[in-house]
Amino acid sequence: MSNLAISVTDLSKKYGAALAVSHTNFQVPLGTICGFVGPNGAGKTTTIRMLLGLITPTGGTGQILGESITSPEKYLPQVGAMIEGPAFYPALSGAENLRVLATLGGFPQERVDQLLQQVGLADRGKSKYKTYSLGMKQRLGIAAALLPDPKILMLDEPTNGLDPEGIQEIRQLLRSLADNGTTVFVSSHLLSELELISEYIVMLRKGEVVFAGPIQELFDQQQPYMIVKTENIGDLEKIMTIAQSAGHHAHIRDGAAHIEGPADWAGTLNKLAFEAGILLTQLSPQLPNLEETFFEMTGEQK
Amino acid sequence: MIRSITRIFFAEWRKLRRPTLLLGTLGAVAFFSILVSSLLFLMIDSPNGNGDRGIRITREMLSLPSGATQAFSSIGNLLGIIALCVFAAQTAQEYSLGTLRNLLVRQPGRIRLLVGKLASMKVFAIIMTLVSAVISIGVSYALAGGKDVNTTLWFNSDGRLEIAKTLLNVFISILGFGIIGMVLGILLRSPISSISLGVLWLLIVENIVGAVKSSTLQWLPGNQLGTIAVGGTESVSYTHALSLSGLYVGIALVIATVLFTRRDVAN
Repeated sequence: MSNLAISVTDLSKKYGAALAVSHTNFQVPLGTICGFVGPNGAGKTTTIRMLLGLITPTGGTGQILGESITSPEKYLPQVGAMIEGPAFYPALSGAENLRVLATLGGFPQERVDQLLQQVGLADRGKSKYKTYSLGMKQRLGIAAALLPDPKILMLDEPTNGLDPEGIQEIRQLLRSLADNGTTVFVSSHLLSELELISEYIVMLRKGEVVFAGPIQELFDQQQPYMIVKTENIGDLEKIMTIAQSAGHHAHIRDGAAHIEGPADWAGTLNKLAFEAGILLTQLSPQLPNLEETFFEMTGEQK
Repeated sequence: MIRSITRIFFAEWRKLRRPTLLLGTLGAVAFFSILVSSLLFLMIDSPNGNGDRGIRITREMLSLPSGATQAFSSIGNLLGIIALCVFAAQTAQEYSLGTLRNLLVRQPGRIRLLVGKLASMKVFAIIMTLVSAVISIGVSYALAGGKDVNTTLWFNSDGRLEIAKTLLNVFISILGFGIIGMVLGILLRSPISSISLGVLWLLIVENIVGAVKSSTLQWLPGNQLGTIAVGGTESVSYTHALSLSGLYVGIALVIATVLFTRRDVAN
């Protein structure tokens, strides 16, 4: 069996003339956490829906756990998913909602109580779903996704509506699931959170993959830079000239010079600034992070 | 295959058995059963008639073996409308709540899902039928003595056969209405729209069309299903109503199945 959890080749979805997902190619290895990012409307949810057999691709192929996405019945028993937020029956309790899905999937009913405990809803399991807060609904959605004890967990914005403590709990939960061999494919707008937990990244823009691979590979493609502030703001132009003379790209933004270059060039820059009579008040080398990289690669505005 | 349909059946039943839905529906069933049965006997001497559209159902007619189920069979239309509302709401809400995607992730066999849901709703329809029959026959029996209606023939072998036949006919009628509700739910994907359209058609459009041109009653789907419940009428025979209803329901089911299995679940 292949060591890939998800593999898609030229996957496309067209609605009328509009191409929602265009010739998408990516692979996600088993047992990893893969962040799935992209601006709103980039095609993330459409892609997840195609992987779950909810919508039919107009082109390309895909495999989940080695099975074609045209036969979802072969792999869905091993997949847990929460797509576009939680969706349950308002008049049923949280526990009863999970029991409906447990019955449908043929999972043991005892799992319902275990999962309610795991997501912190044990004391509210008997309350009607319509009385739940957004965070509680989200937790119930995650519990539902965990019902099959999945090999692959696909979550679409799982931290929506959660407070910082809840976000941290979900992060820990996903980490522990991945440590136990579950592949987690998670889309989120909380890029700093994804950066903390993801080993792989698939980045979409306007229906096309702009990057797919290990997150470190993504960062390696990015130039490190440093942020420089001077005592006299008029000296920023001189700093720019010094940097450019040394062959480094530089620009001024938000009252600071942003200079591309490795961290070990900071000492040289400091010396050159001192020799030019410029007093630096800040010189901080920056490593690329997912948020910066995302904005750069997707062309989105901060 | 059978095992997965059984699981779908019980999953659907968890939703159908919730007290507000089950007891609420049975409450409505009980109300209409008591109302129609009581009016049939209490207005037995009314010059305006005691049956549907001013028809007079006399003591002699009520004393026949079919007397016990006379009221029950005429409730068929009302029970059908209740079934249409329940089936339509239960189906359409899967779209409007977004729960269909959960169901399909857990059970990707869409035809199986439809069959299992329908099987569960059939049981719901059977319960509705039985509750209505017990209440209606009970009320009829209780009121018959006070209105000099002879009940001797009601529970002899002919009477029991009539009860069984009417139970079956009312059940077929309710099921037909329910399936139409389910199909509307799949087509319109909104509980309010599917219930409104179904009730509007059955209660208003068919009545107006039938009143303006009575020959259309032979073709209107709601009238065929109502005719099955009463075992046939003077204007529409039972066999005609049964075969035409089967055709209508069959076509509707095919359209709904094709849509349900092929349509993207994008909400």
